[in-house]
Amino acid sequence: MSSTLAAQPIKSAQKPAVLPIINDFSIQVATANGSGSQSSNNVLMRSIFQMGIPVSGKNLFPSNIQGLPTWFTIRASKDGYVSRKKEIDILVCMNPETAVDDVKALDPGTVCIYDAPLRLNKLRTDVMFFEIPFARLAAAIPDTEARIRKLLANMCYVGVLAELLQIEFPEIEKALAKQFKGKAKAVGINVLAAKAGMDYARENLPKLEKFRVQRMDKTAGKIIIEGNAAAAIGCLFGGCTVVGWYPITPSSSLVESLIPLARKYRMDPVTGKATFAIVQAEDELASLGIVLGAGWAGARAMTSTAGPGISLMNEFIGLSYYAEIPAVIMNVQRVGPSTGLPTRTYQGDLLSCAFASHGDTKHIMLLPGSVQECYEMSVESFELSEQFQTVIFVMLDLDLGMNNWMADPFSYPEKPISRGKVLNAEQLETLKQAGKVFERYRDVDGDGIPYRTLPGTEHPMAAYFTRGSGHNEKAQYSEKPDDYVNNVNRLARKFETARKHVPQPFVTGDESAEIGLIAFGSTHSPMPEAIDQLTGLGIKTEYLRIRAYPFAEAIEQFIAKKKRIYVIEQNRDAQMLQLLKLDITPELITKLRSVLHYNGLPIDARSIIDEIVKQERL
Amino acid sequence: MPDVISPPPAPPQTPRPEKTNRIGLTIDAYKGAESTLCSGCGHDSITSQIIKACYDLGIQPHSVAKLSGIGCSSKTPAYFLNKAHGFNAVHGRMPAVATGVNLANHKLNVIGVSGDGDTASIGMGQFVHMVRRNAKIVYIIENNGVYGLTKGQFSATADMGSGSKKGDVNEMIPIDCCGLALELGCTFVARSFSADMKQLLALLKAAMHHNGTAVLDVVSPCVTFNNHEGSTKSYKYAKDHELALHDIDFIEHFEPQAPVDLPAGEVRDIELHDGSHVRLRKIGEDYDPTDRQAAVMSIEKSRREQLFLTGLLYLDKTRRPFSEQLNVVEAPLATLPVDQIRPPRKALEEIMSTLT
Repeated sequence: MSSTLAAQPIKSAQKPAVLPIINDFSIQVATANGSGSQSSNNVLMRSIFQMGIPVSGKNLFPSNIQGLPTWFTIRASKDGYVSRKKEIDILVCMNPETAVDDVKALDPGTVCIYDAPLRLNKLRTDVMFFEIPFARLAAAIPDTEARIRKLLANMCYVGVLAELLQIEFPEIEKALAKQFKGKAKAVGINVLAAKAGMDYARENLPKLEKFRVQRMDKTAGKIIIEGNAAAAIGCLFGGCTVVGWYPITPSSSLVESLIPLARKYRMDPVTGKATFAIVQAEDELASLGIVLGAGWAGARAMTSTAGPGISLMNEFIGLSYYAEIPAVIMNVQRVGPSTGLPTRTYQGDLLSCAFASHGDTKHIMLLPGSVQECYEMSVESFELSEQFQTVIFVMLDLDLGMNNWMADPFSYPEKPISRGKVLNAEQLETLKQAGKVFERYRDVDGDGIPYRTLPGTEHPMAAYFTRGSGHNEKAQYSEKPDDYVNNVNRLARKFETARKHVPQPFVTGDESAEIGLIAFGSTHSPMPEAIDQLTGLGIKTEYLRIRAYPFAEAIEQFIAKKKRIYVIEQNRDAQMLQLLKLDITPELITKLRSVLHYNGLPIDARSIIDEIVKQERL
Repeated sequence: MPDVISPPPAPPQTPRPEKTNRIGLTIDAYKGAESTLCSGCGHDSITSQIIKACYDLGIQPHSVAKLSGIGCSSKTPAYFLNKAHGFNAVHGRMPAVATGVNLANHKLNVIGVSGDGDTASIGMGQFVHMVRRNAKIVYIIENNGVYGLTKGQFSATADMGSGSKKGDVNEMIPIDCCGLALELGCTFVARSFSADMKQLLALLKAAMHHNGTAVLDVVSPCVTFNNHEGSTKSYKYAKDHELALHDIDFIEHFEPQAPVDLPAGEVRDIELHDGSHVRLRKIGEDYDPTDRQAAVMSIEKSRREQLFLTGLLYLDKTRRPFSEQLNVVEAPLATLPVDQIRPPRKALEEIMSTLT
């Protein structure tokens, strides 16, 4: 290939900006699933991160193992904005199947790096094209098989971008060593591939003047992690001991992250035996059944699933509520049932989890808004499940769970583990000596939370019979109207107690602002950026982030003092707004407005700003 | 009311020492609430034998966790072992709950009581996978071929050609839970009849000493909905068609071995993992319950001959129970001290260092 194939900044393309944009751009890489691009993208992201620049990575992937199109987005942001950027600044086209559509969708002035055979430069004149003969570059790497060369072509684009954006090559080498865990041969050929891309770009391409990176110090000591892995670490330090689970996208990587951690940190040093049990069950019904059996018998137990699994678990969820058995359900939310976009993100299970099962049921939900909170709330979920003797939902979603986020290292839980109101044989004996009895469902302390005993407790007062909703305070079967009412009212009191013990909301921003913003979960990620930009547009706001259900009293107080509230969420039916409506004083309801994002892509700041501006100007 | 009217003083008498078992408990310590099932229900006979088995074996009542699904059968855990924790789970889903209990505390004696609808219809998936896992659970199927609580619909174990009380005839092929359990590699498969008390007692004892999942399918006639002419799960039909494979005795490891006075070849002794024995006396043909293929063939033969085969159909002592497969520590997971369930600070620091 001659160097005439080199970059062809088209004559009508935008003139390069006078000043390059530093540390503020998004890169989208379009490849085919299973082509090994994940390694390349991780290396690219990590090398920018190692240069001290805040970065995030999002994988937009199909429900497929090999062949279907996949996109990876990397965002570098000097301001630390970590959500998806709606606009693409630099596109890397490696996939013939999507290349034409991908290029057609670009904004004018976007940079496009493409694989030479695709000849994309014919498509538009207002895009800045850089053509690279990736196959030729990969073929020049010695001692590699054809299969490996295909993967190496992807590493070549890392080198091309390193040269164009001025990513320091030693950082690429360091990231490669981490990616391939120091395996000398793999590291070696990948370094060569990246180097080949870099050298080609240096010798054949003009300088990219629009964007570049520059070393900063904003990532020192930070970690990069996916929310599912963070939640798995939370389970480990939350004392999770029994897991029943069934594979389902996007939650599978949560338990799969936990398994190696448990094998490393939950083995008895003397006997080499496990102090945990993780069971891949036959379905989600059995998964939660195992969790309830273990929780009833006294072990901290968890299952991890997504919406379709929640549907199957409904009957057991109700049993957990009424029989008052601790359980933790990690729900990594996604779109729809059956083949309904399992690899796209959504906050669509709020209502179905809040009220899951039949009869009068309402459940505690924790709403992590960052990977840090995926960790912290997972730890907390086990505490709450035993404190309240009920099911706790930890509501992640695909964006939070499966994408890469930057965070401060997690802190060790300072609060000691508390097993809740469990009476052992000695405590029962003390009761007996005092002439008192143990009654499983009696509200002794006025907080709605009864005492329990564990099977195997050696005391004549310990045993009780566990069943659904039809029981009296002594856990005897009863269909008496008074017994039923007494029991469900106590459960409602217990839920009220939880209101004060669940994570309280965070409020930031301008206290004097008329406009309030409410978001939660992964919808938090674009909020700092959206708020900054709204302020720039003269729209002052105060922002409250909901972190749990039942709602803390502070949430109603926040709504009361604002004129208008925008509730921002990622579903069609404004599920959080509906939940708020059920909870707050009716007069406040008319203050609530919705900003909804529900196309399966992670929400971005631009979409929030545009919608609020539109509604404010009406 | 004792508070109002004092009873007359009891005449002086020498109290007769109450009969107790080897741990000093009377049979009353193993009883439960009064049954609310129909008078004559086969399930009550099974309950009695569970009480007797636990008494004879000297099991500590608090060491038992009794579980069930939903249905008439699943009410029975309330009728035995008042001093054991009980768990009435949801329909067809007791096996998963029992598995969770076993994982959290494998020292517990887990007794699961199910029915034919609870196991072979709604609970089939859970039954199958429980058997595959081989957790230490005694799983009793109180099998009457009919749904009692919902008033007489056929269950999946109803025999082909069997008539309902309303006159319908079942045209579908029955599921044989023992045949299925064998196919799945179940390590203890037995069948009995609620009226055959001696056999049932011995099988229950053996099942409780089995170190894995023990499936015990007990034909247990429903006196209200399935005890009529034309039913194949009635007392009369079962009595007329039962074919016992052997006379069975269970001998505890602490009991003296009774001398065998029968000729060689007439008796088969099988030692269980804890030193107790199952002693099988030949009735008709010789039967080796460690031969899985023979067990499958015997069930098939009895099906063709419209007989219902009872006894210890199959026993496999070689497969490890679930908690051993999972390499779980000896102490119950449920009661591990807090420092064993939360790794130390340095573990978190080590994990964090891999993520920077």
